[in-house]
Amino acid sequence: MNTPILEMKNIVKEFPGVKALNNVSFQVAEGEIHCLVGENGAGKSTLMKVLSGVYPHGSYSGEILFAGQEQTFSGIHDSEIAGIAIIYQELALVPEMTVYENIFLGHELRNGPLVDWNETIKQAGEMLRKVKLNVNPAAKVKELGVGKQQLVEIAKALSKNVKLLILDEPTAALNEDDSENLLNLLRELRDNGVTCILISHKLKEVLAIADSITVLRDGQTICTLDAKGGKVSEQVLIKHMVGREIDNIYPARKNTRADQTVLEVKNWSAYDPKLGRYVLKDVSFNIKKGEIVGFAGLMGSGRTELALSIFGNSVGYQLSGEFYINGQKQDFGHPQNAIQAKMAYVTEDRKAKGLILIQDIKQNITLANLREIANNGVVDGNAEVKIANEYKSSLNIKTPSVEQKVGNLSGGNQQKVSLAKWLFAKPDILILDEPTRGIDVGAKFEIYTIMTRLVEQGMSIIMISSELPEVLGMSDRIYIVSSGKITGELPIEEATQEKIMHLATN
Amino acid sequence: MNFLNNFQRILRQNIREYGMYIALFVIMAIFTYTTDGIFISPRNISNLLNQTGYIAVLAVGMTLVIVIRHIDLSVGFLAGFLGAVTAIALVQWGLPVYIVIPMVLVLGAIAGLGTAFLVAQLGIPAFVASLAGMLVYRGVLLLSTMGTGTIIIPNEAFNAIGNGYIPDFPDIGILPGKHKLTLLLGLIAIILFVLSEINDRRKKQAYNFEVLPMDIFALKLVFVSLLVGGITWVLSGYNGISWTVVIMLVIVAIYHFITTQTVLGRHIYAIGGNPEAAELSGINVKKLTYVVFGSMGMLAALSGILFTSRLQSATTTAGTLFELDAIAAAYIGGVSAAGGVGKVLGSIIGALVMTSLTSGMNLMGIDSSLQYIVRGAVLVAAVVFDVTTRSRGK
Repeated sequence: MNTPILEMKNIVKEFPGVKALNNVSFQVAEGEIHCLVGENGAGKSTLMKVLSGVYPHGSYSGEILFAGQEQTFSGIHDSEIAGIAIIYQELALVPEMTVYENIFLGHELRNGPLVDWNETIKQAGEMLRKVKLNVNPAAKVKELGVGKQQLVEIAKALSKNVKLLILDEPTAALNEDDSENLLNLLRELRDNGVTCILISHKLKEVLAIADSITVLRDGQTICTLDAKGGKVSEQVLIKHMVGREIDNIYPARKNTRADQTVLEVKNWSAYDPKLGRYVLKDVSFNIKKGEIVGFAGLMGSGRTELALSIFGNSVGYQLSGEFYINGQKQDFGHPQNAIQAKMAYVTEDRKAKGLILIQDIKQNITLANLREIANNGVVDGNAEVKIANEYKSSLNIKTPSVEQKVGNLSGGNQQKVSLAKWLFAKPDILILDEPTRGIDVGAKFEIYTIMTRLVEQGMSIIMISSELPEVLGMSDRIYIVSSGKITGELPIEEATQEKIMHLATN
Repeated sequence: MNFLNNFQRILRQNIREYGMYIALFVIMAIFTYTTDGIFISPRNISNLLNQTGYIAVLAVGMTLVIVIRHIDLSVGFLAGFLGAVTAIALVQWGLPVYIVIPMVLVLGAIAGLGTAFLVAQLGIPAFVASLAGMLVYRGVLLLSTMGTGTIIIPNEAFNAIGNGYIPDFPDIGILPGKHKLTLLLGLIAIILFVLSEINDRRKKQAYNFEVLPMDIFALKLVFVSLLVGGITWVLSGYNGISWTVVIMLVIVAIYHFITTQTVLGRHIYAIGGNPEAAELSGINVKKLTYVVFGSMGMLAALSGILFTSRLQSATTTAGTLFELDAIAAAYIGGVSAAGGVGKVLGSIIGALVMTSLTSGMNLMGIDSSLQYIVRGAVLVAAVVFDVTTRSRGK
């Protein structure tokens, strides 16, 4: 093993009431890709925030040695000067600014007191070449897709002469192609001497790229594994993460499908006036009672657009085509109508579009069906607490009280609140958009179990997902979406990852 | 010792909520001291409450507007203009009061819906839409009073709204010099409050929910009862409760109930918390934007009526800076500019803080230049307090 470029020793970080990091030690060798894995709440992000100075020296105890020297960062700026750059899951780019402005934002190239724009554009071009991104440096960031924005972030980090690059869930929002690209880029950066710490929930990806893997659980270091040459298996990793073996992360499914068609969509097209193009073109599909139908496809293929367009069209597409619920033609003008027709939509973006983070759990759970617990428009606050507590126990939402603000919960628990909210609306058709994005293995299994229980009770589920194993593990039938069209339908018996990928990239 | 511990814990948990009550209390105590008790005299308190009226009703409406992440700058001159309309209708058209008041309230609501149309339908930022409204209403106010200048209103029934007091029982010898109906109403209010609190506590216990410890609960009842009792006692020593205070209390009661107890209220706060999530939860954001701005316009009309009645005339400058006083009151009362947070009761306390400052400093003979500076400082201090206690969280 090379000499360690980074050593974190006996780090303890406490928040009121919680010990987020309990004596964590962490070593990264120079020039390696080191993956940090663990369930949500294991302390990965906190550890990285300690490292990058978000939590300044003195707010934690323990020692940080970087490049052979003890470091006492009092802010991100200090860690950047030392050569550490961190890229968060939520990108920190300014959408209205150009690519080159973003790359040098905060460390502008100067010519005296003025910004040297010509030099900026030239150097930005070089950085973009390094990350193999072929875009005009003068393009606005908002015009780029998520995958390309991610690369701009890396270019930005490189422009700061980074020695240690930290990526927090970089591929969570990327499709398989973009993910693969990114991973290749990381390998290349490593070969050019940039050390990488990668936080990820996608274990396959971790196993594919990691030189070493450190597992955190409950704020403690469990182990550091040498992962070169496929020495570590997914089972072993999961075992370390959760502290138990999971042989099959998908619960057993019974065949609950009935013949009755509950939802049928015919020749459905949606034109987005803001983008000036069709996001859906001539889509037809159907859902039977008691069925889980997977909608696979790459990010941006039109799956979410499809869900939103049938769920009351809150985005304002111009629609054509027909759709039927239980044989009756529907024409929704607002999500309200969709809810009345017993549909529910659990969004992919729970923070921005699903939950009200500043309100508490009970208020979020009852929001979509508040009239159920109201008499003449007056909310029965006691009934509300009771209902929230019922969902808290049936969905196993981990919180001391349903009066806790949703913003304080972990991702998995937020997702359960989001689900509880829509279950309380008592739907017949439940649309789950990326139901397990960004949540840990244990919570995933719980969500799958809940889904299984729901279809057994006669609900129909549309599951939109970018994770192929999940689509294959849970669906009865799979539609593949690509460029706003349905490019294939596969019964589960015939579906394989290769077939789906083939249709999705059609 | 247990009692003290409980008391400290509950105070600490709710410091944000109780902060402004404490601030109001401190401000009043300071002025009482610096004015040798004149500030707390029945006459001054009565005046102070009457002065608060027309800003308080605006602050109530503004609370909801800010909660749904908008702002309404037009309400000051809208109040001024509608006050002029009231005067013209009463004096020049000779319409009776009971027709003029509903008419003006409806006009206010329509004006509010107009702003809502620009904001919700056309997507114009509320700041711009209502700034335009402010200019327009100022123009029509000047236009409508151009021929006459100040319009004096000789109508006694109308002027009683801003200057009159509720009648009293005939004097029968007990409690001489006190306004007995005021005391009776105060007593009824205390009894209703205590009964509803006890009832609420019982219901919660039936569900096995957490309730305040008994001693703290008793302390709360005694404290609020003393407060209400004290205020009514002070007021009964002058002319009793004024019609302005009655109107203010009714408005506060209605809006407090709507915001805390109803589906409508919850939907409004959901929109403020996350408009996209609210829309996807089946809440019609557009429709509620109309409702909130419509109610704001109606309250602006009420504010105009109160102010016109208080002056017994409509003037060319009526309504100047009302909107900013109302916005300041809302912010002092803990409304968050980011939306989704804020209480009607808080905004009323905010309005009281603002008028107490003016009233107290007037009594002390402080120059108006200094008064503005002090009010600005208090506004900043209130918001700083709010932001720091919020970021510290629970």
